Amino acid sequence: MILLLTRILSKIALAITVALLAGCQGGVLDPKGQVGIEEKQLIIVATVLMLLVVIPVIFMTLYFAWKYREGRNEIYEPKWSHSTKIETIVWAVPIVIIIILGVITWKSTHALDPYKPLKSDKEHINVQVVSLNWKWLFIYPDLGIATVNEVAFPADVPVAFNISSDGIMNSFFIPQLGSQIYAMAGMVTKVHLIANEPGTFKGFSSNFSGPGFTGMKFKAIATPNEADFDKWVAKVKASGNALTSASFAELAKDSENHPVEYFGTVKPGLFNDIVMKFMKDYGRVEILKGGPFDSKMMQEMDKLNQNGSMGHDSMSMDHGSVDHNKMKMGQESSDKMNTEADK
Amino acid sequence: MSILGKLSLHSIPYDVPILVGTFCGVVVLASIVIGLITYYKKWGVLWNDWFTSIDHKRLGIMYIVLALVMLLRGFADAMMMRLQLAFATDGGTGYLPPHHYDQIFTAHGVIMIIFMAMPFMIGLMNIVLPLQIGARDVAFPFMNNLSFWLTVGGAILINISLFIGEFAKTGWVAYPPLAGLKFSPDVGVDYYIWALQISGIGTTLTAVNFLATVFKMRAPGMKLMDMPIFTWTCTWANILIALSFPILTAVLAMLTLDRYLDFHFFTIAGGGNSMMYINLFWAWGHPEVYILVLPAFGIFSEVVSTFTGKRLFGYKSMVWATASISVLGFIVWLHHFFTMGSSANVNAFFGVATMIIAIPTGVKLFNWLFTMYRGRLRITVPVMWTLGFMVTFTIGGMTGVLLAVPGADYVLHNSLFLIAHFHNTIIGGAVFGYLAGFAFWFPKAMGFHLNVKLGKAAFWCWLIGFFLAFMPLYVLGFLGMTRRLNHTNNPQWDMWLYIALIGAFVIMAGIACQLLQLYVSFRDRKQNLDTTGDPWNGHTLEWSTASPPQVYNFAEIPTVYDIDAFTDMKEKGTAYVRKDSYAPIHMPKNTKAGMAIAGSVTIMGFALIWHIWWLAALGLLGGFISLVARAYTSDVDYYIQPDEVLRTETAHLDSNNVAKG
Repeated sequence: MILLLTRILSKIALAITVALLAGCQGGVLDPKGQVGIEEKQLIIVATVLMLLVVIPVIFMTLYFAWKYREGRNEIYEPKWSHSTKIETIVWAVPIVIIIILGVITWKSTHALDPYKPLKSDKEHINVQVVSLNWKWLFIYPDLGIATVNEVAFPADVPVAFNISSDGIMNSFFIPQLGSQIYAMAGMVTKVHLIANEPGTFKGFSSNFSGPGFTGMKFKAIATPNEADFDKWVAKVKASGNALTSASFAELAKDSENHPVEYFGTVKPGLFNDIVMKFMKDYGRVEILKGGPFDSKMMQEMDKLNQNGSMGHDSMSMDHGSVDHNKMKMGQESSDKMNTEADK
Repeated sequence: MSILGKLSLHSIPYDVPILVGTFCGVVVLASIVIGLITYYKKWGVLWNDWFTSIDHKRLGIMYIVLALVMLLRGFADAMMMRLQLAFATDGGTGYLPPHHYDQIFTAHGVIMIIFMAMPFMIGLMNIVLPLQIGARDVAFPFMNNLSFWLTVGGAILINISLFIGEFAKTGWVAYPPLAGLKFSPDVGVDYYIWALQISGIGTTLTAVNFLATVFKMRAPGMKLMDMPIFTWTCTWANILIALSFPILTAVLAMLTLDRYLDFHFFTIAGGGNSMMYINLFWAWGHPEVYILVLPAFGIFSEVVSTFTGKRLFGYKSMVWATASISVLGFIVWLHHFFTMGSSANVNAFFGVATMIIAIPTGVKLFNWLFTMYRGRLRITVPVMWTLGFMVTFTIGGMTGVLLAVPGADYVLHNSLFLIAHFHNTIIGGAVFGYLAGFAFWFPKAMGFHLNVKLGKAAFWCWLIGFFLAFMPLYVLGFLGMTRRLNHTNNPQWDMWLYIALIGAFVIMAGIACQLLQLYVSFRDRKQNLDTTGDPWNGHTLEWSTASPPQVYNFAEIPTVYDIDAFTDMKEKGTAYVRKDSYAPIHMPKNTKAGMAIAGSVTIMGFALIWHIWWLAALGLLGGFISLVARAYTSDVDYYIQPDEVLRTETAHLDSNNVAKG
């Protein structure tokens, strides 16, 4: 206990100095990407707006308690309990503030929708993310590489993350870049992020997922330019490891504080396999129901499962339509098939 | 499988020193308590006057004793977590491995909400509500006793899990798939399920009971819009319980079927959907926070209007504000998971709906302010809690609205900012309220006053400790620290984690002051008796009874003409009227049935946790037989004779006259 106390005191002295010098580095108030910057502004605007009521309330609480305390001969009106004027004001003030905040909320929620692709003149990078016990797998479907606990992309290039889980629910989060989103088995969620400047950012799971949760961290590297990114890709490719169904099964086993790993090649459609593993029955049940397209659907499903090109374009096609949430793969593939059938 | 199911010697964690130490502590403490009861020959009193009692006032006191005991347990968990996080910085792993630490934070959440806050709230409601509406007891006195023992049964199960087996390692929300059989094959989640299920049924019965009481047993003249404000807020809380706890019961039942009978409600591979659990859990969980805080709002209203010697400002606004909070509380649950990937329209809807709740809540704050305006505020301990609440809760409300903005929640969700927010509202709102109510109604329930000095010391320790312990968590949330981490490795966070630990120690001093206050007040009770029955010059009917109230509450049911019924009676001179004779009073008899039923069900729960099927069947059978036996008992009531009523009433009026000179 004494040990702890002395340790605490010395640390506090040191930490205060450090904190004063450094500000709040590395957190959500130190954003390095467009999404995070907008979210920080939103936090500040909303807070200032609310302080307009909060500060007067705190002040009035203390002032009234002091002014009308017993023993000061202030006006005393024991039966006064209603005033239409005051009642109108105390309902109107919060209503006005909440209307303003509500409008801000409605607009910002649509503007910051994690599913919405970011505007940029550059082509986005696709990254498929899988949360495993207890590490993060990143697959670059267009580059045919994969990494564990390290993800890279060039600064100023938007990144489209398609996220799923191999079992337990996690939340994919890089605080300095902005929004987080849950990783859930059998489903694909999305988040679009961009780094406005190069750097290495902390990423982790922010949804408790069991004993290895604390060590479920990754590095998100924003390279200064595309050439540096290409170098990083070449480094991953040079590793020579292959991510196949078998090596994935090995990787998916429980492990804690997993080191960074590179895979130079990836089995095509692996991400799709991981998601569909949970949804096989879902697809089959649909098919068994009967109907003219049954055999065709089967073929299409199998084709999808094989080449698994669940690329970003097909994913974002239904974005903004009625049912883009809870991306069930079964649903998704049948949507796709319908579109093809229409053609 | 053996006759003891999954239970074996290996289920007992004798290799974990902390648990062995705790176990020894519990054994020593229990021996002392049992020894003292035996020494003073109090077993009969305990059994006949308390355990089997169906008197709402005694049940209320027992609920609060349970809440205080569980507060100590839940707080011990909190201290262990804060110590772990202060030790385990800069790459250190601390003294609690995840296997143990994860159980602690799960137990802390479940205990503080289900077994500390809920019993505290229900205890105060038990003591006060029937008195406030001029009733002699609740509508179903036996069921009230049963509800209490079901709550105790749940509490016993969660405490047994310390020493036999383990508790859930899932966080207090127990989301599948983590809480499913695949990822939590041990008994922890089963303890969670049965502790919540059994106590939850008790809570549902309580709500039914008090709703029937409020709607059918109000004193003549008391219309709904004449009910004291605490009764109103409790009534809304009971409506919320009656509507939302069945959801918890159902969702736990589904999780039970998933875990015991291989159903697939929440397992995605079997066609189930874990998101449904999360939705259902919060469809209960969000109303639950209003269940906790609304009665606290009622307490603050009573305290402010009593100690300013004034009518409550804007009574109707208060009632309607409570009503709108209750209704809106049901359509905001999705704000607990904006990050699940719902469309912008869905998230925006739930965000805005959440913010709208800030409007009636804000109105309440203003109404308390204008109750103080032109009043004569006596700065007593309950008032200090109320002022502390108004300052603290306003901050918690603000951070809550911030979290309701989906764009902000995307970066603050599951961070320590969220932890700071809900502790800010639950401690700064609900717990401060209960402690205000505790100090306010203590002389009424017990017949003597609490020591004021220690009460004030406790308040200041709690308030300062709260700010020290939780303001750093807001900062840590902004710095990107997420919840439920076992250890950290970020030098920037260290200082804030240390400050939070210091805050926890200050709160500990506050709790110590309260325990000492109870001891000192009990020791000096003879000098601090409340002989008036109305120590604060109260407004409502509970203050018209003796302290502690007569067993039958009211010799004659009063007629009510005003919201502040007792003030009205005092002004009209009808408050203390002597009568020559009284009618006999019909009263319910004490019963062992509540303990028998709840005891059997608890045994059933324990047996189901360990898959001891024969014992589970026996427990179920025992519960059923006790229930049927109770249903066929006709010896359930008795009459208090007029001469005894006359004696009691005369004594009350005499002591009141003497006290007032």
